[in-house]
Amino acid sequence: MSGAVVRLDRVALDVGAQKVLRGISLAIPRGGFRWLLGPSGAGKTSLLRLLHLELRPSEGRLELLGRDVGAAPRAALPQLRRRIGMVFQDFRLLPHLSAFDNVALPLRLAGRPEGQIQADVGEMLAWVGLRGRIHCHPAELSGGEQQRVAIARAVINRPDLLLADEPTGNLDDTQAQRLMLLLGELSRLGTTIVVATHNDTIVARHPAPAVRLAEGRLVNADA
Amino acid sequence: MRDEEAQRERAAARRARRLRPAWSDDLGLRRGVARKLLPFMVGAMAFLASLALAGAIAAAAFSRQWQDGPAAALTVQVPDPAAKATDAPQNRLDRVVALLSASPGIARVQALSHAQIAKLLQPWLGSDATQGLALPAVVAVRAEGAGPPLAELTAELRAAAPGTLVDSHGDWTRRIAALAHSVQALAWAMLALVTGVAAAVVTIATRAGLVQRRDAVLLVHGLGATDADIARRFAARATRLAFAGGLGGCAVALPVLAGLAALAAPLVGGIADPAAWMPSLPRALWFGMAAIPLVCAALGFATAQVTVRAWLRPLP
Ligand SMILES: Nc1ncnc2c1ncn2[C@@H]1O[C@H](COP(=O)(O)OP(=O)(O)O)[C@@H](O)[C@H]1O
Ligand SMILES: [Mg+2]
Repeated sequence: MSGAVVRLDRVALDVGAQKVLRGISLAIPRGGFRWLLGPSGAGKTSLLRLLHLELRPSEGRLELLGRDVGAAPRAALPQLRRRIGMVFQDFRLLPHLSAFDNVALPLRLAGRPEGQIQADVGEMLAWVGLRGRIHCHPAELSGGEQQRVAIARAVINRPDLLLADEPTGNLDDTQAQRLMLLLGELSRLGTTIVVATHNDTIVARHPAPAVRLAEGRLVNADA
Repeated sequence: MRDEEAQRERAAARRARRLRPAWSDDLGLRRGVARKLLPFMVGAMAFLASLALAGAIAAAAFSRQWQDGPAAALTVQVPDPAAKATDAPQNRLDRVVALLSASPGIARVQALSHAQIAKLLQPWLGSDATQGLALPAVVAVRAEGAGPPLAELTAELRAAAPGTLVDSHGDWTRRIAALAHSVQALAWAMLALVTGVAAAVVTIATRAGLVQRRDAVLLVHGLGATDADIARRFAARATRLAFAGGLGGCAVALPVLAGLAALAAPLVGGIADPAAWMPSLPRALWFGMAAIPLVCAALGFATAQVTVRAWLRPLP
């Protein structure tokens, strides 16, 4: 037994007839930070979806938060998902809910008291610079603002594993810096983080181990 | 200590839920297509169910009345009952009663009083109309075993009191019973059909809601909502809407049934025990009608639960 939060052993993923991922083996310890790099179509999003339990591996062994996902009954997965935060590339905010209610979703699912929700969500939205936009609906927000709401929703529940798919795609430099600051802080507090990105500048500015994919295969995984 | 804390936290969560139930609509179900469709359709089914139920209950009451009296009963009419019998010193009615009592295959002989006859005729003739009429005497006879030898008995009675009519219920009583049973079976079949259609309506509305809210459902699933969490939200809504529909359907059916009962009361009451149809609807129907909205609610709940869980099952 190791303390790895994420452990893949020769994982493969087929979507329909297409072999999207092949022979992926890697391990990320608690509090570890990994860039997930590779050209468009390399399989970054697919790998994140595996780690978010949206898909199950077609082959190999996937272990998340100490649990063998392949062997876990379906009923055990929601409990795991609640400990995983995900920033989707396309945000996936619910259009009929305000920014506040979108960010509050994970807390409400967890049955947190409303008083705590009010305080936590307010604080989190203020932190991502949306204090004045709390009651706006996604349609009233810019791409960058929506992305920040999506980030807030992913981290509001202090997840053990945080996955982010191109989370700086719509952010300006300052906002991207703030995001990296937040991620660094979470990582220090013990959250394991995987960030898929194209943004070479930000990778250069925040050197960290990287998982590199090309055509569904691992090019290298830094230790 | 920790237990207490956890308990306090849970209580706070419960309170908060009561205070601000807004996120019972995280999935945006309130805007769903089901809102108008479901109560209306379920209401229509509840209306039909009320009618079917009334039919079943009426037919049951009707056939019970005829089964009590039964296949082996006779009615004997004696015109001019006070006149002297031809073959004995008694009056014609007493003589007929005596002969019937002496006949084999007869369990009980009862001459109806003038008041009883007036009551039987009242729906047709009105309450005062029987006053001046020269009514025949009516004798109700209950047979036993194979019953009396009808032809011989009739001849014997006619000899003693010419003009006497012997009416055997057997044949048409059986036919009425068969008819009542058919109506009953039909009514139950209709209830089953209507229940099936209502379940189908809830299934379709729930599936439409799932498709309409697909992204939201998938997202909430991804955030760690259990199938039970998601199903509960859809089911709570289907339960409310189906209950409202059931209530509406019954509310519309009630005056209709009261009207039918008012029309039918003299007929049914005239044949037998009028108490069963008074004051307007039989008690069983009241209970049945009260149960319909509850059954609708239960059906809405169960159907939505099953539908949502089946829809979610293919997800990982
Ligand atoms: N649902 C899907 N259906 C078909 N092909 C898919 C699906 N998801 C991903 N793929 C394919 O898998 C490959 C990797 O895609 P993706 O994981 O989105 O890459 P990246 O995020 O690195 O750009 C692509 O060739 C893509 O076409
Ligand atoms: Mg991608």
